[in-house]
Amino acid sequence: MTADAIIQSLASGLLMGLLYGLIAVGLALIFGLMDVVNFAHGEFLMIAMYATFFLFVFFAIDPLLSAPLVAAALFVFGAVVYLLIVRFAVRAKANAGMVQIFSTFGLAIVMRGLTQYFFTPDYRSVTHSWLGGKTVSVAGIFLPVPQLVGALVAIAAFGGLYLFINRTDFGRALEATREDAGAVALVGIDKNKVFALGWGLGAALVGLAGAIMAIFFYIYPDVGASFALIAYVTVALGGFGSVFGAFAGGIIVGLVEATTAMLLPPSLKAVGIYAVYLLVVFVRPRGLFGSM
Amino acid sequence: MDTAFAERRRRDLIVAFVLAAIAATVPLFVKDTYVQNMMVMTLMWGALSQSWNILSGYCGQISLGHALYFGLGAYTTALLFTKFGVLPWFGMLGGGVISALIAMALGYPCFRLRGHYFVIATIVIAEIGLLLFHNWDWAGAAMGIEIPARGDSWLKFQFPRSKLPYFYFALALACVAWFVTWWLEDSKWGYWWRAVKDNPEAAESLGVVVFNSKMGAAAVSAFLVAVGGSFYAQYVFYIDPESVMGFQFSLLMALPAVLGGIGTLWGPMLGAVILIPLTELTRSYVGGSGKGIDLIVYGGLIIAISLARPQGLIGLFSFKHFAGLFSSKRKEAVR
Repeated sequence: MTADAIIQSLASGLLMGLLYGLIAVGLALIFGLMDVVNFAHGEFLMIAMYATFFLFVFFAIDPLLSAPLVAAALFVFGAVVYLLIVRFAVRAKANAGMVQIFSTFGLAIVMRGLTQYFFTPDYRSVTHSWLGGKTVSVAGIFLPVPQLVGALVAIAAFGGLYLFINRTDFGRALEATREDAGAVALVGIDKNKVFALGWGLGAALVGLAGAIMAIFFYIYPDVGASFALIAYVTVALGGFGSVFGAFAGGIIVGLVEATTAMLLPPSLKAVGIYAVYLLVVFVRPRGLFGSM
Repeated sequence: MDTAFAERRRRDLIVAFVLAAIAATVPLFVKDTYVQNMMVMTLMWGALSQSWNILSGYCGQISLGHALYFGLGAYTTALLFTKFGVLPWFGMLGGGVISALIAMALGYPCFRLRGHYFVIATIVIAEIGLLLFHNWDWAGAAMGIEIPARGDSWLKFQFPRSKLPYFYFALALACVAWFVTWWLEDSKWGYWWRAVKDNPEAAESLGVVVFNSKMGAAAVSAFLVAVGGSFYAQYVFYIDPESVMGFQFSLLMALPAVLGGIGTLWGPMLGAVILIPLTELTRSYVGGSGKGIDLIVYGGLIIAISLARPQGLIGLFSFKHFAGLFSSKRKEAVR
């Protein structure tokens, strides 16, 4: 394998990794805020992809333009999911961990069922978007434009999230609640509102990822499942609760996946990611950037 | 051990014996193969969930990767039989031992992980197993293995023409899994597990003993699940990686226990008795169209039950009305 080919594949791995990071960062945000893993995260991604697809088919809106719309819709969806389901799951006195896993997992199954019911299990794709199928050449490396834009959107979203958390009142309330949910109640912050906001924000981020991914992935009811596990691994690799960790974890996962694909048959490319995850947590049981 | 606890345990044993005896007579009256299949599935998932409950319920180490052991049991049996003509009984035993050993080997590093890190590690390990079997040509790769039907025989443990023998084996398996749980509940391990679950830090200070008891739970749990997988392979005559090692199997194993009452003696069986027929019925009445209605019903049910009764349904089945003296022991049972 030539050096060019290696650089080429690492570059695509990096682009994909930034997208993985974008998918995972919402998960990390919610976890950091309230110690809950959303086991329907992949399905959030899936409905974002469907939303993008239908905006394209019915209103001819290009995925690039619909991304903010989809993110806004997912924001509302995430907040509603918190208010209708998660709010009650975190109150459970017995088996809190299992209740969280299974209530969000039940939601995932329902979402998959509803999608199948309304949209059939068929594979769909956005046939001709502005970016679809184009490549650019940077210093002799060919990069697919959709992935490149996805990576840029991911970087912008991370930047935006950073500014949001550090510069706005909502962001500060989020950070304060994350530090000490009991104390914020004393200063008059409604914990429920902050949590709903966190869920909305987490869902909006994965919505953004879904809109971009609709350009270059097939869309079907189970599509989320294949990305969900990667997202959990990404978050755990970086360290649960660390938004920066999810970002770094995404890049590592993308690069590891690209490397594995060079060494092993393509069908085994996920094994590299899983192996690295295990290796990292066995050495450092709280992930790379996680605190206990 | 206080006398109330001893009393409860004796009563549990009697109830189990009566229930098993009643269950054993049911197929004599119910000849419909659809219903018989449903009963076989209920007993099998009950047994699997009961086994899962040993590690995840009693010991508190939540595994969502038990499909690995289920698949290993199925594959060991199927491979030994089709490649070397080894009788499924030995395959069953071999699969169990292999699974138990692997569970301990994996437990060695994994038991240091806490909470979500542990859960995700179990998912990821099972997923690696799935991918490896997917790419393992000798084991049929993605195509899987077809187990040739050679006529009804206890020796070869296959009965293409009747469901009854499967029913009795599944019943026996469920009884064994239940009995092992019952027995371990009052063993040294049982007490250590509760300590590990209730207060890991305090238990950890007891050191190696805790670690060993987790390893024991993993081994017993994996062994029984592998026997279930081996049974499943002989029952359906065809296995492929997705159908015995897929993530959904790990969940299906956990669900009855979660719905019935995790970490309780009766929870998994109760959950299976409610959940499995419901799954089969929704699947055959509304799921056949591929419309996904069965998924909607199933998922909605999971959300509703886990939110409404986080401690599981077992609490609803109080033995109070059988005799007032049992009332004080429910707390113990729901732990």
